[in-house]
Amino acid sequence: MICQSCGKNNATTFVKTIVNGVLSEYALCPECAKQLGYSSFLSDFDFHFGNLLSQNRDAAKAPDLECPFCGATFEEIAKSGKVGCANCYQVFYDRLLPSIQRIHGNTRHQGKRPGSAALVLRPHADVSRPQELVAEKQRALEKAIKEQDFEYAAILRDEIKALTIKEDGEDA
Amino acid sequence: MLKWYEKAGTEDGVIISTRVRFARNLREYPFPDRLTLRQREEIVEKVWDALSASPIAQGFSRKNLSELSEIERVSLVERHLVSPELISSPEGRAAFIYEDESISIMVNEEDHLRIQVMQEGYNFEKALELADQIDSLLNEKLSFAFDSDLGYLTQCPTNLGTGMRASLMLHLPALQESGSITRISASLSRLGIAIRGTYGEASRPVGAIYQLSNQLSLGLGEQEAIDNLKDIAAQLLEREKTARKKLCENLTVQDQIARSIGILKSARLLSADEFMRLVSNVRLGISEGLIRNVSPEAINALTIHVQPATIQLRSGKPLSASERDALRAQLCCEGLPG
Ligand SMILES: [Zn+2]
Ligand SMILES: [Zn+2]
Repeated sequence: MICQSCGKNNATTFVKTIVNGVLSEYALCPECAKQLGYSSFLSDFDFHFGNLLSQNRDAAKAPDLECPFCGATFEEIAKSGKVGCANCYQVFYDRLLPSIQRIHGNTRHQGKRPGSAALVLRPHADVSRPQELVAEKQRALEKAIKEQDFEYAAILRDEIKALTIKEDGEDA
Repeated sequence: MLKWYEKAGTEDGVIISTRVRFARNLREYPFPDRLTLRQREEIVEKVWDALSASPIAQGFSRKNLSELSEIERVSLVERHLVSPELISSPEGRAAFIYEDESISIMVNEEDHLRIQVMQEGYNFEKALELADQIDSLLNEKLSFAFDSDLGYLTQCPTNLGTGMRASLMLHLPALQESGSITRISASLSRLGIAIRGTYGEASRPVGAIYQLSNQLSLGLGEQEAIDNLKDIAAQLLEREKTARKKLCENLTVQDQIARSIGILKSARLLSADEFMRLVSNVRLGISEGLIRNVSPEAINALTIHVQPATIQLRSGKPLSASERDALRAQLCCEGLPG
């Protein structure tokens, strides 16, 4: 399907909206989706999942594991971008983690937990590893945002992401 | 009781409303795409029972999507109570809505629960506090899927962690006029923040109303995500205000604003698109002191009331497009001071 915004590229993002009282669906290519504020992360994510999928196929064709709770295979999850059930996150943990890291730049939850309140929890820095570089870039990022230099801020955000990924890798 | 959008918000003339939304799933069921109709209906009952047993039960009404008319369903979207996704396939889906329409719990959208709180103006504190409380109350009766590393587990990994989307509805006519929104959008997307048009087609937003929201939810707490969003919002607000000052020095723009309020007050037929364009100019005129006797909350309420489905719902009967245009013009004439 062709993108309905530029009329040129292949559409990968489908947006449901109400136009003049009628529910309609709009097809966008990744570039237009990004410019119009729709699911740029999701399309990156699909792309990445697609890669994982082909690597998987090339590799020794392991018998496809099924989630014992909902029956989802990793292939189904990768294709749809949707996980089958909570249990799938355990079953396919290793294979999902790289994509999760890529989407969020992080794989460790901070914030509310069941039985606690979201409001009072301020995230505390992890002091067990040297993170000065990250902290410094974080400060630069805040400054860039303050000065409305979004282009530079974007670069910094990418660098911070890359650093965090590396660190988590070494950690493992 | 006044709806939240009929109350006065902040005075900045840019931030219209604040929203906080939590995604939650029940541990014992597959995620929504893998549910049978029967399981979806079970979940609707369970969530309704949990809500009914809580101290906040009073004031909530239950809407089973399949039992509503299409006009009622679309009006829920126009009033920002549910997503277009929720009404796209109504079977086994529901929304529990608080009487002032500030709280909505969607059941079986992309996740089992989407708890949403809307507030007029700029009010993350209140919105987060309420969403947090409702989540905790429901969690006393329902067991939510949670992992100590990945946080709240969601059907789409993009919502993992806090499961939170925080957003602001902004009026950005000057930034739209200067053509900088798409550029801003592309750079913000790399910071994990999205800005998108609220009304009209995805590629052609109408009325310069945009939604700014966080896209990252894993690795940063609720408050931190909101603080990031506030930083960006403050910058956008400043840019918009500066651009507005400059824009409104232009006599052609002043003329457009003056004509827009004139047309709104005296037209006999108004399409939804024309209404949105005129109202955008009027909002700009109010914030820049060029229009003095119209309140922003009157504009906010009118904007909701004259949407194509909501206008039919309020009139109590289905209306043709031209009947809607006539009624819309009449409501504007009555709702705006002469
Ligand atoms: Zn395109
Ligand atoms: Zn599963």
